[in-house]
Amino acid sequence: MSSTETALGIAGGVRAGRRSARDVLEEHLERIEAREPELHAFNLVVADEARVAADEVDRRVAAGDDPGPLAGVPIALKDNLCTRGIPTTCSSRILEGWRPPYTATAVQRVVAAGAVVVGKTNLDEFAMGSSTENSAFGPTRNPHDPTRVPGGSSGGSAAAVAAGFAPLALGSDTGGSIRQPAALCGVVGVKPTYGLVSRYGLVAFASSLDQIGPFARTVADAAALFEVIAGHDPRDSTSIPGPPPEVSLALDEGVAGLRVGLLAELRDGIAPDVLARVDEAATALEAAGATVEVVSVPAVTYGLSAYYLIAPAEASSNLARYDGVRYGLRVDAADTAAMNAATREAGFGAEVKRRIMLGTYALSAGYYDAYYGKAQRVRTLITRDFARAYEQVDLLVSPATPTTAFPLGEKTSDPLSMYLSDVCTIPTNLAGHAAVSVPFGTGTDGLPVGVQLLAPAMGEARMFRAAAVLEAAAPAGEELR
Amino acid sequence: MGDWETVVGLEVHCELATATKLFCGCPNRFGDEPNTNVCPVCLGLPGSLPVLNRQAVELAMRLGAAVHCEVRPSIFHRKNYFYPDMPKDYQVSQYDLPINTDGWLELPSGQRVGIERAHLEEDTGKTTHVGGGGRIHQAAHSLVDYNRAGVPLLEIVGRPDLRSGEQARQYVAELRSILLATGVSDAKMEEGSMRVDANVSVRAAGSDMLGTRCEIKNLNSLRSLGRAIEYEARRQVDLLETGGRVRQETRHWDEEEGRTHTLRSKEEADDYRYFPEPDLVPVDPGSAWIERVREALPVLPAERRTALASAAAVDAATPAVAIAVERDLDGLAVAAIAAGGDPARVLTHVEHDLTDERAAGLDPAALATLTTMEVGSLLTATQAKQVLAELVEHGGDPEAVAAAKGFEAMGADALAAAVEQVIAANPAEWERYRAGDDKERGKLTGFFVGRVMKATQGQADGKAVTALLRGRAASSAD
Repeated sequence: MSSTETALGIAGGVRAGRRSARDVLEEHLERIEAREPELHAFNLVVADEARVAADEVDRRVAAGDDPGPLAGVPIALKDNLCTRGIPTTCSSRILEGWRPPYTATAVQRVVAAGAVVVGKTNLDEFAMGSSTENSAFGPTRNPHDPTRVPGGSSGGSAAAVAAGFAPLALGSDTGGSIRQPAALCGVVGVKPTYGLVSRYGLVAFASSLDQIGPFARTVADAAALFEVIAGHDPRDSTSIPGPPPEVSLALDEGVAGLRVGLLAELRDGIAPDVLARVDEAATALEAAGATVEVVSVPAVTYGLSAYYLIAPAEASSNLARYDGVRYGLRVDAADTAAMNAATREAGFGAEVKRRIMLGTYALSAGYYDAYYGKAQRVRTLITRDFARAYEQVDLLVSPATPTTAFPLGEKTSDPLSMYLSDVCTIPTNLAGHAAVSVPFGTGTDGLPVGVQLLAPAMGEARMFRAAAVLEAAAPAGEELR
Repeated sequence: MGDWETVVGLEVHCELATATKLFCGCPNRFGDEPNTNVCPVCLGLPGSLPVLNRQAVELAMRLGAAVHCEVRPSIFHRKNYFYPDMPKDYQVSQYDLPINTDGWLELPSGQRVGIERAHLEEDTGKTTHVGGGGRIHQAAHSLVDYNRAGVPLLEIVGRPDLRSGEQARQYVAELRSILLATGVSDAKMEEGSMRVDANVSVRAAGSDMLGTRCEIKNLNSLRSLGRAIEYEARRQVDLLETGGRVRQETRHWDEEEGRTHTLRSKEEADDYRYFPEPDLVPVDPGSAWIERVREALPVLPAERRTALASAAAVDAATPAVAIAVERDLDGLAVAAIAAGGDPARVLTHVEHDLTDERAAGLDPAALATLTTMEVGSLLTATQAKQVLAELVEHGGDPEAVAAAKGFEAMGADALAAAVEQVIAANPAEWERYRAGDDKERGKLTGFFVGRVMKATQGQADGKAVTALLRGRAASSAD
């Protein structure tokens, strides 16, 4: 079997009894063993637990039960998704030793669908970063070129899928943390509409922006995983009631008659070879029957600035609970305040501290209106501009990232240049809309390029239709090393 | 303090009488084993999310409607600060858009006290400092119980309309009656389900300016509340009169010493970095739900006082009326008066003789009969008390109870004869009484009443004897 075998192919074989989930798992564990030391995609591989789960899938198939649409499919989980009894670290020292007593809703759903969890993947600490270099446990490397970053913050999940460690992975996307690494690793990464996938059990970074979503090597696999995790959850107040969009059935519908907008604003500062692929993608959609026009969404140019006020503000509050009192790291000191300070000093990395300070400042009494308040108004403006654009077109197309994968260490000393890696992806999060990055050929360096498709809230069906067309039209990329 | 006026505004926190906590399904129950009513949500564990308790919203709306607030759509904010008993290190509370705004309640005196807002928020856990005298400083270690963390609270912020410790006491008593009547809270100050903070300032009488205030935290009884405010106002006046300045600060009331102490200085306001809670959606109860809540409100204390006062034909501000409602005995009183009871005596018994909750089972008709017997001088006040005690304990018919106790009716003629007898036996004292002024008569009344009581084996009515003596002295004066 090849590392490009699809999740749906595996599930079909396992459900029909043609092959065992255990065999599928062992093949993936072998690949992990071979290449994980070099790539460091995982914080933890749970081989023993995975074998138990795979055997259970096989037992159910033998008993005539249907273990579900993802039967026997290995899946990797970003290590900010809570898993009962298994350490959840967020790649931070401050959560040292913590094992959640509960499992995230999205994880429960993939397990209930028959998927087999193989491990917890590396990330930028608390999902803050664009290269997975902010992990307290060391960086993950890009499977296409280990001298380069896999993107971030879900770099571990993207790399795991790209390297064939698992056909599926879950990540979280706050400002592009699924789409950006998906683009740099050459896999499909989906950020669903805010509220479509329950955030229960996702360790919060910026609550109003965070969203769990799929990684897969094919659009169809991503659609299958999306359908498993989407849907109302009474444990998340922001979860959207009612049935989620059905996307799998839409995959074959093509784009004939769809109106596609080429996003005018996201072209400055984008590498020419990446832009060229985006334009080719637009042409491919046109060739498949869509109409394409250039569409302006002026406010997206303020997205990055608004994001770097709102996300740190929420983070400063969400990360207050890591104070050494109840769980995780504690550094003893003379009194409670000193203990809190010493614990946080030792437990958080530089980027997390930087954002906590930024957010604390943005929310403080004298500056709230000038910073947080204004950022929220920009957010409203962006949503309004998108709404206006979606009166003209059904979908927007743009680059997913300004460049292909960059070398490790290149941007670590310059936070602002690192932040710019997410300039194309951030506006979607501020609006709460859906978006996907689809691999579309390579850049001049031979590294993957991702094209982003953006859709309004609940617009996943048309988004997946277009994604399937792009996938079919994509120029051949460089083979995995 | 004639030149000074005290200004008091109260913040009352009450725990809502919900089955479960504000944002999760853990039981909302006082007194359980520490850390047994907890889950990932109320412990604020990473990845957990709040889900708003519908019953808490309903109870908050009920209180809002009962104190004439505008009940409105609202949102939650986060109030950020670090404290060991606060699991998330922020408290989810309502800030600029609370569920209830702009109401008032009426004190028994008829005075209206404004209510600025009554908003929902979650309670924190409870810290016990072990060693070092029980305060956080010098404690060897601290134990935290999170059973209370996430319990729904309603913070009722009153306007600074109160002018004394006594008014403040009445306001809290009134609020407590409303909370109990509406079932919003069990409002037990001793168990902490109702907690009062008082903002106290003083100003020159007649001034419109507010003085610098001090906040006295966690007053846990009505008695402490009144005393603490009186003390604090006096302290501030003394400071100002001796050329000092009141510092804005938080103070603690020491019940044993009878004084307030500095808890922490509040020269600079805390910065809680409020921002809208992104994990919760706005609460919009809708007009239909608000209307249903309003319609289901029970008859409230002020209205009950009016009903009783009107039945007894007394002023609504009569203390006995307020006491009857406070003790939930107004229904009994109204029924007894309706059954022909003497209003004044019914109110007297409610105020002085029926403190026991068991009196709720007393038959109003029996109480009515009892007062009729008193008015007809068939029973003395002392005898009536004894009969009433028996009725409360065992029930029965007041006439039969009086007869069984040997309380023979003492007719007016027999009483007059007994008085004449005592006068005849004590001519010198009588002469002094007859010729004396009010003061002299006052002194001698006791002497004569005592002798008559002795002669009649206690069956005489002291008031009747006094009246007879006065009448006799008046008629023999000429």
